[in-house]
Amino acid sequence: MTASPNIPLLEARDLVVNFYTRGGVVQASRGVSFQVDYGQTLGIVGESGSGKSVAVQAVMGLIFTPGHIEGGDILFKGRSLLDPAGRKFVRQVRGKEIAMIFQDPMTSLNPVFTIGTQITEVLRHHMGMTKDQARHRAMELLDMVDINAPEKRLKQYPHEMSGGMRQRVMIAMALACEPQLIIADEPTTALDVTIQAQILELLADLQQRLNVSVILITHDLGVVAQLCHRVAVMYAGRIVEVGDADQVFASPVHPYTKGLIRATPRLDVVTERMVSIDGVPPDLISPPKGCAFFPRCDQAKKACSRMQALIELGDDRHVSCWCAAKENGR
Amino acid sequence: MTGQSHNRTSDSPLVAVKDLSVRFDVGRAGFWGGKRLIVHAVEKVSFDIHPGETLGLVGESGSGKSTTGRAVLGRAPVSEGQIFFQGKEISHAGKYQVRELSRDMQLVFQDPYASLNPRMKIIDIVAEPLLVHGVVKNIREAAQEVARLLELVGLPPDAGARYPHAFSGGQRQRVGIARALALKPRFIVADEPVSALDVSIRAQVVNLMQDLQSQFGLSYLFIAHDLAVVRHISHRIAIMYAGNIVELADRDLIYDTPAHPYTRALLSAVPVPDPPVQRARQRITCPGEPPNPLHPPSGCRFQSRCPCATQTCRDAAPVLTHRRSGQMAACWNC
Repeated sequence: MTASPNIPLLEARDLVVNFYTRGGVVQASRGVSFQVDYGQTLGIVGESGSGKSVAVQAVMGLIFTPGHIEGGDILFKGRSLLDPAGRKFVRQVRGKEIAMIFQDPMTSLNPVFTIGTQITEVLRHHMGMTKDQARHRAMELLDMVDINAPEKRLKQYPHEMSGGMRQRVMIAMALACEPQLIIADEPTTALDVTIQAQILELLADLQQRLNVSVILITHDLGVVAQLCHRVAVMYAGRIVEVGDADQVFASPVHPYTKGLIRATPRLDVVTERMVSIDGVPPDLISPPKGCAFFPRCDQAKKACSRMQALIELGDDRHVSCWCAAKENGR
Repeated sequence: MTGQSHNRTSDSPLVAVKDLSVRFDVGRAGFWGGKRLIVHAVEKVSFDIHPGETLGLVGESGSGKSTTGRAVLGRAPVSEGQIFFQGKEISHAGKYQVRELSRDMQLVFQDPYASLNPRMKIIDIVAEPLLVHGVVKNIREAAQEVARLLELVGLPPDAGARYPHAFSGGQRQRVGIARALALKPRFIVADEPVSALDVSIRAQVVNLMQDLQSQFGLSYLFIAHDLAVVRHISHRIAIMYAGNIVELADRDLIYDTPAHPYTRALLSAVPVPDPPVQRARQRITCPGEPPNPLHPPSGCRFQSRCPCATQTCRDAAPVLTHRRSGQMAACWNC
């Protein structure tokens, strides 16, 4: 790690991603900015359609037509990943220094190749290993993610494994090139709770042992509470609140964050009635001009029909809300 | 052994399930024949549901919870055991009897995207059960009733003229509930009705189901894998593992004093959305994965993952027995 401590490992600045569909232009990401520091876990939470996956797909270069990145920049160690002049740099970074774990381990592994072939492919491509070296390293990796009898497993096909086991293989593949950043897009959504707990523990353990940074995309606030140092809350293509996880959970500022935390049922608290947020998220083809949460917000006022940029509350906490701005005397 | 708690023994149950087993024959082991392969989906499951009560049925995927729900509705073959509805045995109901029964027992599906026909208008979807059962003669007659049902579930009156694609997941689930309510049933099996919905919408649907229950005295079999949601809607909760009910208890007893090791492991695996609380929690680990339903282990089915398994557990399967008032568990050691 040679970069100066001031430059974050990854930074997204005002990322704008649009999808040109027959129904109109879907503004999936409307100016998203976030940063991840070395050895840090950032959780991005939001409901379906909030643009959380699109934001990280842009980082990995996984936005394909009809989608286009139309604004902003993504910097890895201070260098742009979107600059066409830096193509070679980008190829080295993606897949090697930034690795991704996908949601559905059933479909993200190739069903016609063995696990061994799929792991060694990464190693031979990115690390220039020979077949034997790669096989040896693959066994190490499987061991690292607590898969027993790795030699036998290397010869198996994805369908011979359970969902949890497949997700472990995905994690092993992501770790293959010793990345500095792992992006996990809903890594446990498809898994049962007891298996989810195993995978989350594995991720937390690996994150500490290897000192990698992690971006964790999820809709489950519990998963964030378990794993993340910082959390960014997304709504309708924008980040509405970001800050230290403990602080955001203890004293949420944005009304949407508050609503989300109240609406998430807890095992340890009994209430007779669940709290809901009335209404539905806006259509991203024609999002509201001002604050996107305005129609569902119980603290809405006139100013909310104008867009509010992220304002700083101190302690590296930011929130995008007029009410919070007023309380802070701005 | 029936699953009723002490305080409810007086009134008779609406639904009673006794030693229900469901097994599926999935063919032979090899290409040239050989042993038949039997999936043991549900084994010796017993429970009661009383009028106006919600029984939460919780388990991981493959635990047999949906199969149990379908068997109660006559939509899965009953291999052994009996199912009673209002005191009448319906375990081996034929096609016509199942159709008659569907006036009283209905199903709400998990996926509101797949369970509504995209080519039918909402009015046709909700009116279909009314037409099938001859409650109304034609769609014109049904219109008024459909409008009432849509209002009941909180949909706008003009919703009937539109197609499912015009609605969000939460609204579609409301359509599914309206359809289930059309015949004024007494019992509804809700198979993961909120699993596909976002958090902020989930609460709306759960609250709606609770309102409808108190309004019409409905009974629910609420199938779910989310323990936090189940806590809100259920009066009693049954925990399933690999086809068995391992614990059946009043709601708060499950969460406050879980008896079975699997229940404890399951509860400790659910992360609490509060970082300091979550960090302080101790997880009870259960390594490994649920057993293959084709070859369930001998004795207790949780034995291979249980932290306190003994020789007894490997030799014989435990049955549900009373632990304290309102709580039963199937375990030799707890």
